[in-house]
Amino acid sequence: MSSTTAKSKQGVLQKLVPFLGLFLIITIITILNPDFLSVNNLLNVLRQVSINAIIAFGMTFVILTGGIDLSVGSILALTGAVTAGMMAGGTDPILAMLLGLILGALLGAVNGILISKGNVAPFIATLATMTIYRGLTLVYTEGRPISGLGDSLTFQMLGKGYFFGIPVPVVTMLVSFGILYFILKKTTFGRRVYAVGGNEEASKLSGIKTGRIKIYVYALTGFLSALAALILTSRLNSAQPTAGQMFELDAIAAVVLGGTSLTGGRGWIVGTLIGALIIGVLNNGLNLIGVSSFFQQVVKGLVILFAVLIDRKKLI
Amino acid sequence: MLQMKAITKAFSGNVVLRDVQFDLEPGEIHALMGENGAGKSTMMKVLTGIHPKDGGTIHWKGKEVTFKTPQEAEEAGIAVIHQELNILPYLSIAENLFLGKEETLGKTGILKTKKMETEAKERLAALGLHIDPAAEAATLSVGQQQIVEIARALSSNAEVIIMDEPTAALTDREIEQLFKTVRALKEQGVAFIYISHRMEEIFAICDRITVLRDGEWVGVKRISDTNFDEIVQMMVGRALGDRFPTRTCEIGDTVLEVTGLTREPYFRDISFDVKQGEIVALAGLMGAGRTEIVQSLFGYRKASAGEVKINGKVVKIRTPYDAIGHGLAYVTEDRKSEGLILDFSVEENISLTNFKDLSANGLMSAKKERALFDRMKERLGIRTSSPELPVKSLSGGNQQKVVLSKWLGTNPSILILDEPTRGVDVGAKKEIYSIMNELAEKGVAIIMISSELPEVLGMADRVLVMHEGKLTANLDNQDLTQEQIMHYATGGGARV
Repeated sequence: MSSTTAKSKQGVLQKLVPFLGLFLIITIITILNPDFLSVNNLLNVLRQVSINAIIAFGMTFVILTGGIDLSVGSILALTGAVTAGMMAGGTDPILAMLLGLILGALLGAVNGILISKGNVAPFIATLATMTIYRGLTLVYTEGRPISGLGDSLTFQMLGKGYFFGIPVPVVTMLVSFGILYFILKKTTFGRRVYAVGGNEEASKLSGIKTGRIKIYVYALTGFLSALAALILTSRLNSAQPTAGQMFELDAIAAVVLGGTSLTGGRGWIVGTLIGALIIGVLNNGLNLIGVSSFFQQVVKGLVILFAVLIDRKKLI
Repeated sequence: MLQMKAITKAFSGNVVLRDVQFDLEPGEIHALMGENGAGKSTMMKVLTGIHPKDGGTIHWKGKEVTFKTPQEAEEAGIAVIHQELNILPYLSIAENLFLGKEETLGKTGILKTKKMETEAKERLAALGLHIDPAAEAATLSVGQQQIVEIARALSSNAEVIIMDEPTAALTDREIEQLFKTVRALKEQGVAFIYISHRMEEIFAICDRITVLRDGEWVGVKRISDTNFDEIVQMMVGRALGDRFPTRTCEIGDTVLEVTGLTREPYFRDISFDVKQGEIVALAGLMGAGRTEIVQSLFGYRKASAGEVKINGKVVKIRTPYDAIGHGLAYVTEDRKSEGLILDFSVEENISLTNFKDLSANGLMSAKKERALFDRMKERLGIRTSSPELPVKSLSGGNQQKVVLSKWLGTNPSILILDEPTRGVDVGAKKEIYSIMNELAEKGVAIIMISSELPEVLGMADRVLVMHEGKLTANLDNQDLTQEQIMHYATGGGARV
């Protein structure tokens, strides 16, 4: 009895670790440069975080099923380029954006099908599609950025607008978060995602269509990558063929910092949001306190390592 | 040679061993018995230095000792063979045998492979295992791997070997071989501490029995002075009455009819039927193809030929999802890897097969989930302090009840039970039997795979016996004996 209550207490503490980490980093940065806490800068941080966070939300689902998705950055680039290409060619912007989102979901579904029907390990399947999607982007754009995207208000708002003083990308991130949190927590789909990652064989034997769950999860991640692509394309007012490189690593880092287990079945999306914030605050804060950009990478890596060590050793 | 006195151990204030004693004589086989959670494993862990003791003394060969690590215990001559064997499948048998104690050319780290292989061959032959020591360990059966582990223990001059549920995964023939080896070593003065739930085995091989209950010492008996009932009573603290409930149910119409079911190389041309309220046992040696048949029946592995009828209609079952839709439920043999999601709570595990009833438009109803848990907890007597407890923190018997719960929630008309009482203590076993009986009375057709013949004889209305992928007998359970079943299971004349 007493051992189990101790265990659940430990579980709560475990969940608090990302929050404590974020708090600690913010405190240190603020002491070194109080400007960090200005409203303007904080909104700036949130806006910078939003793209990575949206991708990382999808990555959370994938990792909860015990998988990984390395192709998110390439999906971002390809959907961004195709959407921009359509807009530059005169397609209705809203239709172009919708088609971009659908394309993202389809590219993700291809990952899911390779993994569930083709029985390819997620790491290998998405490593391959990462390369293929990136190659398709380069073919499509001929290696050049696509600009001249017109002045559709909806499209411009997506990356640059404000909603009651809050940047629209931040609003998009928070709304996505709310919906995805609800899905994981309250729906049968969310429960099945955890089940597949917790024990795939037992899930299958319980009548869960595990293959279908995986396809949905990768499609969702593709969709969210496309959403991030629209925000990025709008912010830059152009689509870059090299956009999104290494984004998969930041997304995975956010998920891991948030305490979600890479072996699947355990974790939560709140942690991912905090994890993305930790990375964003570090990026912004290290700049503010004048750490060289070379050294910033070292610090980010150390923070990730430290977080994982805490998780492993259950130091707290 | 070994005396443990007044051993006490607590984990964060929770006392798991209180004033427990144990002693062992040279050349003795001493059984340690008790229900799951009685403290057997903890006691062995205290002995071998995995857990430090909080109180009491351990004397080894007349001297007081405290081992700090299992390595220390092993060096002193006390070796443990765990339930999960420590065999590395892709190393050779000889490499496994010498793992960590390799013979090398001086201190160079260059292995004397030939010498180790010759020696491995001799040592294994001495234990009755005649094999090529250069072969991969994966080619050995579980029973043979166990012999390799024993040889490994002996090579470090073990005088006491602790065996934890050594026969759980063995066929009857392998058990015989293991017992032969154990008896031979006993003659040479090696003592064994034998942890098992299988009463028949303990009476066949042990000299004395020490019984623990709820972390306390209940008593020690000579096998010759005691009997089955007394030991059970010591373990559960009360008389259990009959081991099996009286079967009184009406057998109705045929529910399931299987014709010519085949999946090479596991089983071929399997035909049988099961009726309402009937318990049909599938008996046979391990590897006879019993589990494979029910896996195919349930849509988990594809059969290559055959027809399945449910209530007279031909059905196509391609996935477990289809099977559940047709009223099938399947309690798997391996709880941990196929039955439960260990990180999930008790409640979440029960919900797993019942999403349809617990949700509307894809939204889970927390209220309905809790109601199902409450109903199952009441019906099966699951002992858990909270529905939100991780299922892995429950004892084996309670975990099995959780698996049963998740399937009972689906109101199956055909229930498949694969080794339903494996690793479950005596008290919980009896509860599981009464649940089976209750379900049969309600008209559920039950297929039970069991390797425990007393269980087969105690519960089944009919016994199907398999031998190497074929059905060799279909016997009414009237005046049936273990010998008759074994006759067909080992390939004696067929009678279908």
